Amino acid sequence: MATTPVRLPEAGGSFLQEAGLGPLLSRSAVDQVGVEERAASLAKRSIKKDAKVAALRLAVAVMDLTTLEGADTPGKVEALCSKARRPDTADPAVPPVAAVCVYPTLVATARRALAGSTVKVASVATAFPSGQASLAVRLADVGDAVDAGADEVDMVISRGAFLAGRYREVFEEILIVKDACGSAHLKVILETGELGTYDNVRRASMLAMAAGADFVKTSTGKVQPAATLPVALVMLEAIRDFHDRTGRAVGFKPAGGVRTAKQAIQHLVLVNETLGPDWLTPDRYRIGASSLLNDCLMQLAKERTGRYQSPDHFTID
Amino acid sequence: MEASVADDDRLDVRKTYKLYIGGKFPRTESGRSYPVTEAKGKPWANACRASRKDVRDAVVAARKAFPGWAGLTAYNRGQVLYRVAEMLEGRREQFVDEVARSEGTTHRQAADAVAKAVDRWVWYAGWADKLAQVFGSANPVAGPYFNFSVPEPTGVVGLVAPAESSLLGLVSRLAPIVVSGNSAVVLAAQARPLPAVTLAEVLATSDVPGGVVNVLTGFTTELVGPLAAHMDVNALDLAGLDLALYKEAELAAAESVKRVAAPVRLSGRDWLDDARGQDPYWITAFLEIKTVWHPTGV
Amino acid sequence: MADEITAAADPGRAPARLDWSYAPAPEATDHAKVRESYGLLIGGKWVAPPSGSYFKTINPATEEVLASVAEAAEEDVDAAVRAARAAYARTWSKTSGAERAKYLYRIARILQERAREFAVLETMNGGKPIKESRDVDVPLAAAHFFYHAGWADKLDYAFPGRKPRPLGVAAQVIPWNFPLLMAAWKLAPALAAGNTVVLKPAETTPLTALLLGEVLQQAELPPGVVNIVTGAGQTGAALVAHPGVDKVAFTGSTEVGKAIQRTLAGSGKRLTLELGGKAANIVLDDAPVDQAVEGVVNGIYFNQGHVCCAGSRLLVQESIAELLVAKLKRRMATLRVGDPLDKNTDVGAINSRAQLDRITELVASGEADGAEVYQPPCELPERGFWFRPTVFTGVAQSYRIAQEEIFGPVLSVLTFRTPDEAVQKANNTPYGLSAGVWTDKGSRILDLASRLRAGVVWANTFNRFDPTSPFGGYKESGFGREGGRHGLAAYLDLT
Repeated sequence: MATTPVRLPEAGGSFLQEAGLGPLLSRSAVDQVGVEERAASLAKRSIKKDAKVAALRLAVAVMDLTTLEGADTPGKVEALCSKARRPDTADPAVPPVAAVCVYPTLVATARRALAGSTVKVASVATAFPSGQASLAVRLADVGDAVDAGADEVDMVISRGAFLAGRYREVFEEILIVKDACGSAHLKVILETGELGTYDNVRRASMLAMAAGADFVKTSTGKVQPAATLPVALVMLEAIRDFHDRTGRAVGFKPAGGVRTAKQAIQHLVLVNETLGPDWLTPDRYRIGASSLLNDCLMQLAKERTGRYQSPDHFTID
Repeated sequence: MEASVADDDRLDVRKTYKLYIGGKFPRTESGRSYPVTEAKGKPWANACRASRKDVRDAVVAARKAFPGWAGLTAYNRGQVLYRVAEMLEGRREQFVDEVARSEGTTHRQAADAVAKAVDRWVWYAGWADKLAQVFGSANPVAGPYFNFSVPEPTGVVGLVAPAESSLLGLVSRLAPIVVSGNSAVVLAAQARPLPAVTLAEVLATSDVPGGVVNVLTGFTTELVGPLAAHMDVNALDLAGLDLALYKEAELAAAESVKRVAAPVRLSGRDWLDDARGQDPYWITAFLEIKTVWHPTGV
Repeated sequence: MADEITAAADPGRAPARLDWSYAPAPEATDHAKVRESYGLLIGGKWVAPPSGSYFKTINPATEEVLASVAEAAEEDVDAAVRAARAAYARTWSKTSGAERAKYLYRIARILQERAREFAVLETMNGGKPIKESRDVDVPLAAAHFFYHAGWADKLDYAFPGRKPRPLGVAAQVIPWNFPLLMAAWKLAPALAAGNTVVLKPAETTPLTALLLGEVLQQAELPPGVVNIVTGAGQTGAALVAHPGVDKVAFTGSTEVGKAIQRTLAGSGKRLTLELGGKAANIVLDDAPVDQAVEGVVNGIYFNQGHVCCAGSRLLVQESIAELLVAKLKRRMATLRVGDPLDKNTDVGAINSRAQLDRITELVASGEADGAEVYQPPCELPERGFWFRPTVFTGVAQSYRIAQEEIFGPVLSVLTFRTPDEAVQKANNTPYGLSAGVWTDKGSRILDLASRLRAGVVWANTFNRFDPTSPFGGYKESGFGREGGRHGLAAYLDLT
């Protein structure tokens, strides 16, 4: 009697081959202790004087100044945009930030407030931060952002699907969202704090890049841990390997947990010694932050005047 | 000529003796106290009469502190214990006074006990990074496996402090509990609780994380029951418990299969004697042995 | 290169690119006082040698003279040994384990307090990067004293069925690659076990040992318990041959180790040797690649490769050889070679002109043999002794660069096909100090570790040291272990 052949559940095998992801995903082993030691070692670089000033200015220039609160209002966003265009009225050498990052409902307000400046408007979408909504709802969210004029879209991957091993689903969703972005740049948020292992962070990075991400981004900022140095290092190495293999340069954005100028400089060192100066530019590197900006301004003022600064002299927004 | 500030007429600022829980010094939630006298009967201070709820809070604090303390490197824990010895050394005079008054000993006897207490912390500090080497093993199993056994701390340990030796006895039983990474809830000697509280002050200034050691003063009969029965306490050191209460405590402990160390009867002279008053097997009494297998093959 | 942001065409636009050179970040040196001249520490006093003989010690990064150091002649060595003997008989053998422990704890604590001073001095005198002396050498040295302090009064637990006793006077000769740390590795167990010591620091790096002598005095260690005789090869030879010595401990080259073994033949003196190595760092095809690259780099370029257990042979599985070597070369290009006192320096100065000549000669032999050499481009300072990080590919086992210990920042790359072959090649050497294994598979680690003839096997890491972890070699890398419970045995009578 003929028996029905048992169908094994698809563990992503054939999909990986079809998508040409086999080679990229076959080297996902990351040694935790090794990567944490390397990150800690790079974090000890001592950046002084001119090098420090240059780094601080770059940190400002690559910042995505962010407000993503339920309590956001047009007034709040307008004030933020004003700060984004001219972070420090006392120091004209400080450049404007790279972008402002808001919810889709506030994109139009941000566009008006930033008109005539070089600061871009980035919008979160896809039911940020959890992503727990139907695909239709998530795509509508993207549509709202794009229609309102966002230059960049920050999406979240489906962590549930990823952790359940449904890599095809994760991959295809990114493809669809990328398509829905039109000419807007797509940043793919992995939410590394929920992925559990560095192996998974690397794997998710590769999936996102293969699906067309313009940037890979660590976190929503709503979950800790977010952009730790070891996680950033793992993602930078994935970007490097992807570039070696495909020739395409994908950008990186750490977001969440980068609060002090010292941390920002440590992140920049990581980039400098992994991907090199080609990535130290807003087209390929952003830092998602809010309170970081004033800390950078205070450090710049300290370098300029020789004095440790007080927050009283720096506008909140 | 002005009278010096240290005149006998000067009113001193007397210490309030509280509990030590989670790195802080709260009063007992029950609001009760009891009078503590010197050994010879002279009234001395009011100590907190801790309640079962304080026991509950202390166990919560000890459980919370356990993973962090157990997760430190052995070297780190050894350094912390050595720091306790440093701080204790610096406050010798204060302790000599409290011990002499608590126990009715001569100044000389109290000084010997305090000096030995310091040395005992140092002795145990040195065990932290030796335990795995002396009490662990690689086991030559009959198969292609690498197999090793490592000692690990058991968790939260309740300690009934020795009733007569108010500092040295306490230190001699507390240090071996915590050196391996356990956290502790201590029931101080009922009649002689004050050096235990002052010891807590030393711990609080020695980089011992809050909650690793918790000290409750009060009536042993009120406190040992809740402690012995508590389902989130892993082990009991009944060192200072009245033998009449021993069986009841062990019965209560059985409900959560606690590891129990029986009451000990050591004299002041015994505690001073290294051959009787310190022992690495008082450390191993509160260790678990974890054995791991892994195949060997290409 | 100036730290400039290359301006885009429109000055109002965001900066296009940052070429970033970090700027000099020199460690302050004013608190590390170097004396003009140093005497010998004998019987608790700093004494001038009757011969009046001194030698100069320099900073190998600048070649500037740092100080004059006494040269101990045979008579000085004799005085030191007699002082050690007297201190043993009168004081130290009567000092309880608990008291010995307290002295060692004091020493550990003072080292922690004066950590930065020691780190700066170590870098100035030896050439290693300040971030290494600060983050590795000095903390480990303090930890060694701390760990062994805990053993001093617990020796009865260390060896089942035995009541250990000290040996008496220990003669200890240490090398120049980890001057302070090697002093700690030698002194701590010897003192914990109840012996007294005569220590001979390396000729090119005496200063931190001498500063340690001051720490011992600050700790009020009884006079004569530790004596320090500085000098060169002759001082060391006189010391190990001295009949008043019960035990000799030597760390250095295999060649000198053999000479010492010959000197001691038939004398009944106890001996431990920690000698050279030519460790294989084995990378299998399933290794976490970027971390393996870090491990390879750390294995051979840490401390300029002046490491007996350095991973000087990279054995890489053929299937990933190309990938690994490409990543390795790219990683080497980010190594910062230069002023050891700069906090960002990764690779410092070669310790001496003599060592630099040896490295240069061996590297030339590699090129002559036909191996391909790669060195990342980097500017080297004008004065001082420097060698660029170097990697050879196309290396055959028979080449001198694959056989002889270079003791410099020079890596030889060989390939293998199977784990069996890797083990064979790794073991195919008279040395046997250490080995590295890089793979994602646990059982493979354990299998290789069980078959590698090396005293230390590092899996998915390299160059990790700890006072609890026994260290020492197989075969011509020496015998005896330092650190851990096993390391105590060298300083005890267990009969």
